[in-house]
Amino acid sequence: MKKRSSILRYTLAVGVGAVLASQSLQAKESVKVGVLHSLSGTMAISETSLRDVLLFTFDEINANGGVLGKKIEPIVVDGASDWPLFAEKAEQLLVKDNVSVTFGCWTSVSRKSVLPVYEKHNSLLFYPVQYEGEEMSPNIFYTAEAVNQQAIPAVDFLLEEGYKKFYLIGTDYVYPQTTNLVLFEYLKSKGIPVQNIGGGLRKDSKGAVISAGNYTPFGHSDFQQIISEISKFAASGDACVINTINGDSNVPFFKEFAASGLKSEDCPVVSFSISEDEFRSLPSKDLVGHLGCWTYFMSIDSPTNKKFKADFQTWLTKTNVPGIVKEGRVTCSPMVLSYNGVYLWKAAVEKAGTFDPVKVMEALKSGVSFDGPGGTVTSQKNHHLTKTVYIGETLENGQFEVVETLKDVVGEPFLKGTFK
Amino acid sequence: MNRNSLFDSKAELGLVWSLLAFVLVLPILNMVAPEGSFLHVSSFQLSVWGKYLCYAVLAVSLNFLWGYTGLLCLGQCLFFALGGYAFGMYLMLMIGDLGGYKSSLPDFMIFLGYSELPMYWKPFYSPYFALFAAMWVPGLVAFLFGLLAFRSRIKGVYFSILTQALTYAAALLFFRNDFTFGGNNGFTDFKFIFGQEFYDPSVARGLFWGSGALLLGVYVLLAWLLKSKFGLVQRAIRDSENRVRFSGYSTTHYKVFIFVLSAMIAGLAGALYVPQAGIINPSEMWPTKGLDIVVWVAVGGRGSKFGPIIGAILINLLKSYTTREYPESWLLILGFVFLFVVLFMPNGVVGLWDQLKERFSKKRSASDPGDEILKSN
Repeated sequence: MKKRSSILRYTLAVGVGAVLASQSLQAKESVKVGVLHSLSGTMAISETSLRDVLLFTFDEINANGGVLGKKIEPIVVDGASDWPLFAEKAEQLLVKDNVSVTFGCWTSVSRKSVLPVYEKHNSLLFYPVQYEGEEMSPNIFYTAEAVNQQAIPAVDFLLEEGYKKFYLIGTDYVYPQTTNLVLFEYLKSKGIPVQNIGGGLRKDSKGAVISAGNYTPFGHSDFQQIISEISKFAASGDACVINTINGDSNVPFFKEFAASGLKSEDCPVVSFSISEDEFRSLPSKDLVGHLGCWTYFMSIDSPTNKKFKADFQTWLTKTNVPGIVKEGRVTCSPMVLSYNGVYLWKAAVEKAGTFDPVKVMEALKSGVSFDGPGGTVTSQKNHHLTKTVYIGETLENGQFEVVETLKDVVGEPFLKGTFK
Repeated sequence: MNRNSLFDSKAELGLVWSLLAFVLVLPILNMVAPEGSFLHVSSFQLSVWGKYLCYAVLAVSLNFLWGYTGLLCLGQCLFFALGGYAFGMYLMLMIGDLGGYKSSLPDFMIFLGYSELPMYWKPFYSPYFALFAAMWVPGLVAFLFGLLAFRSRIKGVYFSILTQALTYAAALLFFRNDFTFGGNNGFTDFKFIFGQEFYDPSVARGLFWGSGALLLGVYVLLAWLLKSKFGLVQRAIRDSENRVRFSGYSTTHYKVFIFVLSAMIAGLAGALYVPQAGIINPSEMWPTKGLDIVVWVAVGGRGSKFGPIIGAILINLLKSYTTREYPESWLLILGFVFLFVVLFMPNGVVGLWDQLKERFSKKRSASDPGDEILKSN
């Protein structure tokens, strides 16, 4: 029986040993950067695209001489759609690998999970996906769309188009809840009466609105009742739907919507969580004519975007990183915001003359610019970006046709309570 | 009863001593070994291992149910998460006015429009109350559910499915924003614990020792229970419940007690896990998490006292290592390990030795090799 206990000791020794030994030698001529996305689990379908575009960007930069003469050495880890694991992996990147910067996270909860880690180690994270705002960590730079770079321009567009009734529907988590609360205040400030804002309101004991809109749980699939409510709401012919439903639930939502006879000409749906990449798993024919709003569309007709798309496709055919899907790949806003993030970091490092995260953040706050595929982006003091906002109409092929372009929209994270 | 008689073999005693030494030594290395030296254990590493110890407690609690009573609970993660939420409530209150909205209320409550703390949050200013609640809240849930299920003589796969449904329902409830437990974002960004700065290395050491003490304490408690007459009845229920009932034992009472005890242990593990993981959200009680625990126990060795500990640590170590080294293929690796264990090592990692011995000596053993107690009796 002695051998068994030695097996355990061996296991423990190997465990501790592996962990200690992973503080491997650091190459002098390269700079380590972390890539922290879910490559498995429920978020993998969205987040692997960001890993791919990040690796492409690093290769592109390395081919052009790197950053401050050093090659970028990416350390890719899998957050596995597991939020405590995100925090663990983030700390591993910082403590074991000493990465200079991390590009990562998609969901708000993953960002909330790693935030204390980046603050504790005073390091730097670039966050690329549209989010609810109400946050400005000194250690996070948000290349993401703030609510006023997506939801508010979309509503402005619909107001201009003459729509007078707005139905709010979303998945029950913090991004839809916050966005809709901001939109509720915004619509009221634009003179839309409360009864023309559909989806229901919840008030606290003093009568203040604490939640606006209709919310479904994650993975919800029965939209019959909600659609019949929308049908009634839209009977007047001047209604539209603001959709913050997340992920797969959009499939039954749009199927039910189309089946009920509602048309995009009468009652358009503007969605904030559906980009070109999501159409890989969504039936785009149900969404034709409905709207999307992002700070990048694949269909943007500019030389920078053409080059970006072509280079990415070329890279896909050449890369030998395991697990990369090579066929039918598209580009979308979160991908471009990841791409922009890397270049902004590079520009900030070059401006600061060092990889030190604190100094790089200072350089970012002082304002650096990059001419990205979606137009020029400039970093702001408030850790967000000034960028161009596009509103697009969904086409049969899962692309968007740009119908409105708003230049130089300043990202603003704190909006709740600002529209009176 | 002297201590040695609590354990079945010298090997088991050796394992317990190794565990004790490990629990004692790792934080000391964190404290005394200078940074950069080979022996240094960082606070980060300590918190990772602390989490593994909590997982080990969780696996032990499931094994007590599944391996020794035959009740496969797929909702053990619910009790773990409830314990985590209970202690998380204390940690949220300790943030004070350092949150995003500079209010003494947790941020998500400001967001929901609360101007004062709901009544049921108030006692959680006390860490001792929170720790106590981490035991009795899961205990109460287990008591009510267990009473209803066992009195109706629900067993086997039906019990498993119901526990899975229970944890799924609870997860959906906790995902709701207006449930005042933070919705999808849960609790995070803790600042203080027991009056200490949250990221002070002494906190990591304390939590690690706490987790180790809990694991060893639970181990000894369960070893003692299994040795007693109670433990014999427990295993008799596993092997043939009807016979036990016909012999005049109220199997319902036994099962409710075991279920509640196991839930309370899981709750305490969750309470110690949350400060080390830094976050608790409803995905912690998602049904897949409940299955994870079953995998740990199965890989380590169901129905053996030390197996679940080894299984939990081994699988999580492997997960942690492969998500860094093989981010593209770690799930395949883990899946392969699980398949291999299920197909070729029915008694898990701890059963491997007996399995090999049996194979080479060609002697057939009549008893269940995983269950060392029955063999030694």
